[in-house]
Amino acid sequence: MANTHVIRDATCTFCGCVCDDMHLTVDEDTHKIVKAENACVLGRAWFKEHGVEERPYALVEGREATTEQGIDAAARILADARFPIIYGLSDTTCEAQRHAVAIADIIGGTIDTTTSVCHGPSGIAFQDVGEATATLGEIRNRADLLIFWGGNPAESHPRLFTRYTVTAKGMYVPNGRKDRTVVLVDVRRTPSAAVADIFLQVKPRRDFEVLWALRALVRGRRVDPSIEKVTGIALATLEDLAARMKSCRFGVMLFGMGLTMTRGRHFNSGALLALASDLNKFTHFVAKPVRGHGNVTGADNVVSWQTGFPFGVNLSRGYPRFNPGEFTTVDVLSRGDADAALIIAADPASNFPQPAIEHLRRIPVIVLDPKSTHTSQLAKVAITTASYGISVGGTVYRMDDVPLTLRPALPSPYPSDESVLKAIKERVSKLIGGNRMPAMERVAAAA
Amino acid sequence: MLRIVNGRVFDPANGIDGEVRDVCIADGKIVADVPPSARRVDASGMVVMPGGVDIHCHIAGPKVNLARKLQPEDHRHDVLPRTAVTRSGVGGTVPSTFTTGYRYALLGYTTAMEAAVPPLNARHVLEELHDTPIIDKGFYALMGNNVLLFKLLEQGRREEFRNTVAWLLAAAKAYAVKLVNPGGDEAWKGRRNANVTRLDETIEPFNLTPRQVIGALIETVDELGLPHPAHIHCNNLGHSGNFETTLETMRIADGHRAHITHIQFHSYGHAADKSSDNATSKAREIAEYVNTHPNISADVGQVMFGKATTMTADAPLAYMLSRYAKGKWVNADTEHESGCGIVPFAYQDRVYTHALQWAIGLELFLMSKDPWRMVLSTDHPNGGSFMCYPKLIRLLMDREFRKQEMAKINPRALRATALGDGLDREYTLSEIAIVTRAGPARLLGLANKGHLGIGADADITIYEEQEDKEQMFSAPRYVTKDGELIIEDHEFRSDYEGRVLHIAPDYDPGVVETIRPFFEEHYSIRFNNYPVNDSYLGKHELVPTKPQRSGAA
Amino acid sequence: MSETMILIGGRTSSQGTSVCAGKFGAEYVNVSSTLEMNADDMARLGLKDNDSVRVSSATGQIVARCKGRAVKDLPSGVVFIAYGPLSSALMDGDTAGSGMPLSKSIDVQIEPVI
Repeated sequence: MANTHVIRDATCTFCGCVCDDMHLTVDEDTHKIVKAENACVLGRAWFKEHGVEERPYALVEGREATTEQGIDAAARILADARFPIIYGLSDTTCEAQRHAVAIADIIGGTIDTTTSVCHGPSGIAFQDVGEATATLGEIRNRADLLIFWGGNPAESHPRLFTRYTVTAKGMYVPNGRKDRTVVLVDVRRTPSAAVADIFLQVKPRRDFEVLWALRALVRGRRVDPSIEKVTGIALATLEDLAARMKSCRFGVMLFGMGLTMTRGRHFNSGALLALASDLNKFTHFVAKPVRGHGNVTGADNVVSWQTGFPFGVNLSRGYPRFNPGEFTTVDVLSRGDADAALIIAADPASNFPQPAIEHLRRIPVIVLDPKSTHTSQLAKVAITTASYGISVGGTVYRMDDVPLTLRPALPSPYPSDESVLKAIKERVSKLIGGNRMPAMERVAAAA
Repeated sequence: MLRIVNGRVFDPANGIDGEVRDVCIADGKIVADVPPSARRVDASGMVVMPGGVDIHCHIAGPKVNLARKLQPEDHRHDVLPRTAVTRSGVGGTVPSTFTTGYRYALLGYTTAMEAAVPPLNARHVLEELHDTPIIDKGFYALMGNNVLLFKLLEQGRREEFRNTVAWLLAAAKAYAVKLVNPGGDEAWKGRRNANVTRLDETIEPFNLTPRQVIGALIETVDELGLPHPAHIHCNNLGHSGNFETTLETMRIADGHRAHITHIQFHSYGHAADKSSDNATSKAREIAEYVNTHPNISADVGQVMFGKATTMTADAPLAYMLSRYAKGKWVNADTEHESGCGIVPFAYQDRVYTHALQWAIGLELFLMSKDPWRMVLSTDHPNGGSFMCYPKLIRLLMDREFRKQEMAKINPRALRATALGDGLDREYTLSEIAIVTRAGPARLLGLANKGHLGIGADADITIYEEQEDKEQMFSAPRYVTKDGELIIEDHEFRSDYEGRVLHIAPDYDPGVVETIRPFFEEHYSIRFNNYPVNDSYLGKHELVPTKPQRSGAA
Repeated sequence: MSETMILIGGRTSSQGTSVCAGKFGAEYVNVSSTLEMNADDMARLGLKDNDSVRVSSATGQIVARCKGRAVKDLPSGVVFIAYGPLSSALMDGDTAGSGMPLSKSIDVQIEPVI
């Protein structure tokens, strides 16, 4: 009979749903999580596969090393660099993220998170237009019209449908699915379309035109029937949708990468956000970007409160500067600007365009990750850290900005990202002799 | 250890009004004496006051962070580079957290209270406050639109209502009970962007009125013996004629303590005649009520011309402002607890309404007979940034300067107020010390703040005495925090972590069995994950509560 | 023969579960190298399930195995692949000043590999 214990109300951080009703059964003998009650298929895989693996504590230039040695090597790289970049951070705790921003401030580097290749465009749109939004519980309790745009929650966020929106019963939606109308908009019919009452198949790259036409219809303007040729959706269908949006009691648009990663990017997000805001003239309407990773929302929040800007922040001049396209990681790497990189809980060597990956091969890279990844394999320093939510506690933010405290289940011999980053921060500070003062001051001082 | 000598000391709580006397500090507190070996700070030509206390500002949490993210253009113009001992940041009307702490300290403020937080987001506020250096801080928990509390109240379950309020405050690590547009949220979220406008209308679908909610929370706060009264943002903020709602709300208190926040925004009369929809001033009526009712306190919520960011839990208000301002707008509903709206804004002296608001704020200050109960705020950043406080102080202290500023504003608005009508009073340094330090500290029930008596926290500001009061108050020469000389010769000597001030009123533990089922059925997080761990407090101080059954003020 | 089509990259359930097992595992490699195509398009190109296809964009080239999808589900001229190193290889580094590379709606040439 195995020795087991149960951790109740733990939080799954695989996707942005950040479900906090995980009841985990831990097998003490095999040191594994053997059951995750309430988890979806992705959550079950997350808990099952993030046990404690046997890996070197650190690899420095391919040779096994201690964590301390890894920290030391990392600090030296960062202290010597003239244009270092820190990237990733969406799969770690806020406590770790705060140390990462502090390091960037000390060394005068650039700090960016996976937001820049996820809902960064929605963040840019937010700065232009604002956003009408709500917590997931509000949506569950009140929404009678749900529109999913450019996403496939059935495969990427299964419990978005079951715990928070489509089938979940709410205070003012007591019959769950029966009290709701569900609309799905996408370029292809995914498994998510099965839950929709109305499926709109839009031509690729034409979401902006559909959103803009809806804005016009909501405002009572005329839209030409040629919209069908452009977008693949008939004017009558759009008119019907606009009417439903205006007459619902509480409408919601939840949107994903189908808008941010395609032609138009932040213009698409902006059009959707503006449409949701416009609808508030007629009824209560909100929008929500569906976030991918467990704590990418935390990363947005931490970087915003510490620097004033959500991602793509440069501190070389001694103060925060924000400019997507200039200080975002894909660009900094693709242009060959960075001379060192610290990658935390992310795998750009797998997810980034080739020019960026090629540059990562040319510069010293430090990686913090529980697993071996494409990026850790090309890194000069790879430090094994413990998985957040599985072995490490701390704070994470759900996609709707609700903060939760993790309940780790499996002790790990590896250090947390938080403790490693804190140590790197202190070592770098010692090496530099305090905060790095901006370059012009150094030049003036040397003169 | 420190001895401050030769300074003119203003400590109105202890009756000291400009006397030159020593102030001694040891172990973070004010003490009677220190040995001759203690460091001396020569404050000749300077004024010594307790550190400033901001009773109502918006500086940390989800609402603030949304507003911060919303306005990169605001930050670009106003950057704060790192130094050898301080972190970098950005300013504008919604500064980044490090900048917020540093700038409050640079103005000589040592305590600030974040005014509106849904308990669901308490962790977020505490994380941001942790990254807000120097100052002591706390926050007020929103309860005036809490669905569980509504259900208990409509069912007459008064004991459980009181215990739930206490439980929420302790679970969130909050400092006080906050009400914002009580009853308005349900209309906004549930009835297609409606609002409540009358204190006696039904908050559908509950069998309740705003009057009942306000009354119950005011009484409960007194029953629990909380250090600060129920902190109330009245219904109908910004609407013409809303002074009646404000007077009615104050009457609900009926002898209990109540604090009306940013009362300027709630002091408007109806248009003078049918040909205009320009509001008028009812500052006199409001000031008179506060003057004659010692159970009522208020902070002014002064409007200052220039850039502001409106951020409020009063979501319908924000939506109304967004239709006027025509720019970007943020709305964020929080399940069962609150709403939120954010609209960037600019107050212009030529615009009738803005000029009226500015003038009404000054009227309230100048007509106030008790500075202990009409204290200074701009509802930062709603009426203006806290960086405007020095200019506001000058407006209060310098009649000539005030007249110059009055000459610049919309003349019709000025005529609609009594500002040009013999309100010549000039605030003294002692009165300024009351409205910016001693008064707020006393209203907050912070026994060790806002004064320089033995045992007080050694939070001290030393200003160079100058003719131009704006100059004087914008750059203190020295600031101590818990006895550490944090600012010396206008510059930071070190970084510092202040304390989170919070309360933990007693409650019957059995109330958890009332709260838990509501949670499990209606919230989208688990009950066990709602209360905030002590680990989020960092350095902190638990302020005692004094429960009483009689509910007397 | 080759045709121009539009490539959509995205998440799938099995991509999500296999990434947890590890990116070097067989399942993840398999999942992230499968190209979904409209069944009519496949027929026209003479392709059967599991045949290799070369997918070329302006910046890169990969080989994937194709899998047919019903015509009503995946429109003609659109192909889908789960996120992974292969889909990334086709992305351009130019983000048009947004920080975001185009990961969806990439123009690609599809060619059967003989």
